[in-house]
Amino acid sequence: MSVLDLVNPGSPLYAKRKGVYPKAVSGFFRKLKWVIMAITLTIYYVTPWLRWDRGPYAPDQAVLIDLANRRFYMFSIEIWPQEFYYIAGLLVMAGIGLFLVTSAVGRAWCGYACPQTVWTDLFVHVERAIDGDRNAQIRLANAPLSVTKFGKRSVKYAIWLAIAVATGGAWIFYFADAPTLATQFVTGTAPFVAYATVGVLTATTFILGGFMREQVCIYMCPWPRIQTAMLDEKSLIVTYKDWRGEPRTQGVKRSADVPSEADVKVGDCIDCNGCVAVCPTGIDIREGPQLGCITCGLCIDACDKVMTQIGRPRGLIDYATLDDAVVEKAGGTAPSVLKTLLRPRTLLYFTIWISIGAAMLFSLGQRSRLDISAAQDRNPVYVQLSDGHIRNNYTLKLRNMETRPRTIELAVSGLPEAVIWTADGQRETAGQSVRIKLAPDATTRLRLFVAAPVQQEEERPFTLTATATDDAGTVAIDALTFESPETEDEE
Amino acid sequence: MANKKRVDEATGTQTVGHEWDGIEELDTPMPRWWVITFVLCVVWAFGYVIFYPAIPLANSFTKGTLGWSSHGDLEASLAAENSRRAPLFKAVAATPIEALPANPQMLQAAIEGGRAAFKVHCVQCHGSGAAGSKAYPNLNDDDWLWGGDLATIEYTLQHGIRNPDHDETRISQMPAFGEMLTPREIRQLVAYVRTLSGQAPATPTSAAGATLFANNCAACHGAEGKGNRDLGAPNLADSIWLYGGDTASLRQTITYARNGVMPRWNNRLDAVTIKMLAAYVHSLGGGEASPTSEPADGIESVASQSAAANDPSIPKAADVRS
Repeated sequence: MSVLDLVNPGSPLYAKRKGVYPKAVSGFFRKLKWVIMAITLTIYYVTPWLRWDRGPYAPDQAVLIDLANRRFYMFSIEIWPQEFYYIAGLLVMAGIGLFLVTSAVGRAWCGYACPQTVWTDLFVHVERAIDGDRNAQIRLANAPLSVTKFGKRSVKYAIWLAIAVATGGAWIFYFADAPTLATQFVTGTAPFVAYATVGVLTATTFILGGFMREQVCIYMCPWPRIQTAMLDEKSLIVTYKDWRGEPRTQGVKRSADVPSEADVKVGDCIDCNGCVAVCPTGIDIREGPQLGCITCGLCIDACDKVMTQIGRPRGLIDYATLDDAVVEKAGGTAPSVLKTLLRPRTLLYFTIWISIGAAMLFSLGQRSRLDISAAQDRNPVYVQLSDGHIRNNYTLKLRNMETRPRTIELAVSGLPEAVIWTADGQRETAGQSVRIKLAPDATTRLRLFVAAPVQQEEERPFTLTATATDDAGTVAIDALTFESPETEDEE
Repeated sequence: MANKKRVDEATGTQTVGHEWDGIEELDTPMPRWWVITFVLCVVWAFGYVIFYPAIPLANSFTKGTLGWSSHGDLEASLAAENSRRAPLFKAVAATPIEALPANPQMLQAAIEGGRAAFKVHCVQCHGSGAAGSKAYPNLNDDDWLWGGDLATIEYTLQHGIRNPDHDETRISQMPAFGEMLTPREIRQLVAYVRTLSGQAPATPTSAAGATLFANNCAACHGAEGKGNRDLGAPNLADSIWLYGGDTASLRQTITYARNGVMPRWNNRLDAVTIKMLAAYVHSLGGGEASPTSEPADGIESVASQSAAANDPSIPKAADVRS
């Protein structure tokens, strides 16, 4: 026996994938999955094609991530790189939203809304349409290659590939004007990065949705691990009620009308394996909560159907919390779902989530679309002028974030005898303010000269105020310092 | 070191048969992938030696059949960069310097080009911020010895100041008055000059200097000491002193004279670079309007990125920074 065998007894690190051939099922949770799939896919494919009028100086695409020009448009909201904290806020909301959902209803994200789940579900349905249901699929998988098998495989892969191309293709439209890019794409004039992106996303969709499927959830995705830590004994998870189902009674004909013999306990589970057959990740939920369970609820649908057939109450497999399990095991009745959902932890998550959302909305409503930032030139810090006055130079960045040209008046306050001018002006004609035309939706960069008599203080603070001359009268202010030489040098 | 190959019990692997003080080595083969990679590297190396520069010789090296060299790469990218800048250089060359401000985009490109050239050729004397130091003029201020409009700055750059071997150079020579005036007279003169700029109050000493000034200095510096740009005579009535306005510095200046030199650049730099340098120096804050051009209205500034930004034939300002 080798030393290595002690560390890793006999088994290689690589486990070959066991084929999963989920059986078709119908029921409440299947319907829910259909609805969510329809909603999410519609949002994904349709969003880039929605239009939103922003006037002549900005694109008319409702949702656009314009990386080249560093702008993010979402309906009436336009975000500049400086305002990236809104995106960060959205990500924080998404994170806390996942905490909320997980603590309340377990891995609902995994089971219903995760793209991996949605696209795998879509691919599984294509597979079923071509190859038939579970048993036919297994037969076909084990059959030697024949004309029929080759034909079926070709059709299936072709449809998968079409879905994959459409998926990858839709992605790029979020980053450029969709109609223009679509025309460019089919005429071969789109940028290389567009083709590369579509190619990569087509490949990942095809491989992840067609072949890797549940392995993505089990081996690749970090979220199940995080979620495992997020769950508590009050989270709703898909539970096989073993206290009701065990011992399993395969082949025993029974119904609620025929009470079992007093001394032999007979469980409700008839070991039909329906829950295993429908599982998209190929697990047996009766082994208890486990990493492979994405809580899609399809086994609940399958089991409910069988329970109805044998005349037992539904819900042998059902959403239940660990606390419910303890209560029910002891013979009690679990609290209502609503009571389970509304508890301090979920309410806290919800409060945080909604507060961030409200704060962002408030801040979006209040934010200024005119911004000034000035930096004093440091080399030299000040310039001695021939009449004894001192000049300081500043580099200004004026951001006009509105999609229209604006004229602003730049005024200095706090330096009573100062005059200001820009590269286009002259000191001789300068006053305490200067007018500047700003291009729409752009940053204007210019140098500002400020001249004033030598100040008592070596560093004298003053403010620069940019006021829009239009009706809105937007104001942006920056605090600056005017530097003078040390006064002891005088005389 | 006897050859004692044996199978190691713990691992089940053959040893190589060597033993040093009881320490033996397992004969674990290299992984297959490693061996294959190694062989491929050897094969690759043969190809590399044939195609690329590889083997050093006594005074040379094997050149390789592809003819590639890193010098060649550099030359190619320099040529590409030059051809990219060519339209701008051509446009600037064709534009008289007074006409540069009419094209804000070209002016900005010229300023940025000048900024880059300044860092190479001018900072040694004038400083990285062009603020100068004693004997080296500050180019940020509004005091100019020879004039501060674009064309005048360009001329100064082209021909320099006091270049003995160049006919067109700017030249002026202040005499060393130490040989003509007595120390007492020089003291009186210094006292008077300091009253011109308001540094010192009028005194009997300075009053005596006034006559000396009128006789010796006013020819170049003017009766009121305001200087004369045609002669490069500094304004003595302002706050700016190239060599210092204190009594000791002034006495030194008058006694021994100061004749600073600036090299001419038209024999070292091309005309476009000089034009760009002039535009940069002019942009530092003290630049004066060209005498012939209309004075700017001074209150209306136009956003620099606006209309002119649409001309694709002229590279953006950032393109000429190096």
